[in-house]
Amino acid sequence: MAATPADNSLRKPARRVKRKPLRKRFALAAYVAMIPMALTVVLAYLGTMLWTLRTSFTNSRTFPSTSFAGVSQYVRLFNNDRWMLSLQNIVIYGVLFIVACLVIGLLLAIFIDQKVVAEGALRTIFLYPYAMSFVATGLAWQWILNPELGIQEVLHRIGFPNAHFDWIMDQDRVVYTLVIATVWQASGLVMALLLAGLRGIDDEIWKAARVDGIPRWRVYTNIVIPMLGASLSTAFILLFVMVVKLYDAVVAMTQGGPGTASEVPAKFIMDYLFGRANLGLASAASIVLLVTVLAILAPVFYVRSRALRLRGSR
Amino acid sequence: MNSPRPPLKRGSRLTPARLGVYAFLLTSALFFLLPLYVMVITSVKPMAEIRLGNILALPAHLTLDAWSVAWQSACTGLNCNGIRVGFWNSVRIVVPSTILSILVGAVNGYALSFWKPRGASLLFAILLMGAFIPVQVMVYPLVRVLASVHLFSSLPGIVLIHIIFGMPVMTLLFRNYYVALPHELFQAARVDGGGFWRIFLQLMVPMSTPIIVVAVIMQVTGIWNDFILGLVFAGTQNLPMTVQLNNIINTTTGERLYNVNMAATILTSMVPLAIYFVSGRWFVRGIASGAVKG
Repeated sequence: MAATPADNSLRKPARRVKRKPLRKRFALAAYVAMIPMALTVVLAYLGTMLWTLRTSFTNSRTFPSTSFAGVSQYVRLFNNDRWMLSLQNIVIYGVLFIVACLVIGLLLAIFIDQKVVAEGALRTIFLYPYAMSFVATGLAWQWILNPELGIQEVLHRIGFPNAHFDWIMDQDRVVYTLVIATVWQASGLVMALLLAGLRGIDDEIWKAARVDGIPRWRVYTNIVIPMLGASLSTAFILLFVMVVKLYDAVVAMTQGGPGTASEVPAKFIMDYLFGRANLGLASAASIVLLVTVLAILAPVFYVRSRALRLRGSR
Repeated sequence: MNSPRPPLKRGSRLTPARLGVYAFLLTSALFFLLPLYVMVITSVKPMAEIRLGNILALPAHLTLDAWSVAWQSACTGLNCNGIRVGFWNSVRIVVPSTILSILVGAVNGYALSFWKPRGASLLFAILLMGAFIPVQVMVYPLVRVLASVHLFSSLPGIVLIHIIFGMPVMTLLFRNYYVALPHELFQAARVDGGGFWRIFLQLMVPMSTPIIVVAVIMQVTGIWNDFILGLVFAGTQNLPMTVQLNNIINTTTGERLYNVNMAATILTSMVPLAIYFVSGRWFVRGIASGAVKG
């Protein structure tokens, strides 16, 4: 998002002389070309957001109504057991998913960066799940974790007759199965991003560290990982967006079950919008989701852009 | 299927530390390949063998029956025409959505980098923030807007939705690409009397091949893998393959045909996986450039 202000300011004086008359003559086409973007921003992004915000303060059920109902939908929302369970699930899921993806992705990237043979094949293997849809992933893992015929049965056969791996049917553990499936899918993405970051680090650092006799792992923990800040924050943002979006994988893998044990906010909203026809409540829930996203991402973006600016001015 | 294992080259500095590195990478590779292995192996077993309960065992009788059932006669509800219906729906959705969203993104990026109409950078900033708005906030009002112009539950409707949701990333992708081009090129074309569209078509488009390739990869895989938008906006006549796959597997009653399910799952993943395996580095480049949001 940070444009290149430096370049523009350098070019400006020269351009202004030549450009003025031309700009007037051709500007119209440029404005016409911006119409799709303007419509999208105004109608699809801002308009829908305002509409949903307004609806969240009404008593709308199947059809939107305009009768003002104050914050009653929000009160109802936070008294709704299913919503509270969704929130609890998404927090547990989100923390585990993001931490696991970052740790596994970082380890894979560092280990691949040790000049190993068949690097290309390994990278391909770690990233291919990311090319699949969450639906396909969810369905594949639903089968693998099937308590009767899946991995649990294999464990029983190879000499662990009492092994329990029926988490997908277990109300207390079903969220972890979502973590397993989606970490499998997304940690390759983190690996790809961090590997690019590692390759961008100056070799001089390694030479200097070797001269000073610093062990490799200390170079990683104290120097290299802090230098990966930009890549790590990119990875964090992408993973966070996936957490908020988490819907497809749940629908495919557990349908929110057993019972309501694996409900998540995105699914709660979709169910109340289309299945249970409670527009007001669903709108209030999606506004809560939106505010949470902004509250978490805004500081991340702020720190990022400040770091970029500092680096630019140096 | 034989999983392509990375060969362990012996001889060169095999210290304990390096053995550890390879042990970790090999174990991880096996874990990452396991689901694919299970999917493929399940899809070529007859149900009798699957019921025995050894999910990891190689098939005793290799059969492709499940694949043909999945493709042409698996049922969703009362329709038993297989997943191919969804396949062709997805093709019909993906092709126009990809072309149009790339075109819009390229024009936006071009206008933003060279013409800078007043207010455009503000629109762009809001557009990029829009990429982080949860779809749930936008879905219902969009349904109503589309319904009011009779595009809801139609092919043009879902294509329009994909253009809207693809716009932030596509615009960013092309803007970043065009900003890095030498500005003198554009100025020379202006001096020669080129107008907005002429410079775009004759100068910019021919120079955009690499970024168009990246954009095609991103959009085809992204739109093919979409579930929620297709579910809401496409309508029952145009349900994409992902939605149909989920319907086949999760809404069937009676005995579950796991081999058919896995064949259908692989078939649905085939297009994005083929793109991934063929395009390799370009795919990664798409991830990296799509990630520069912000």
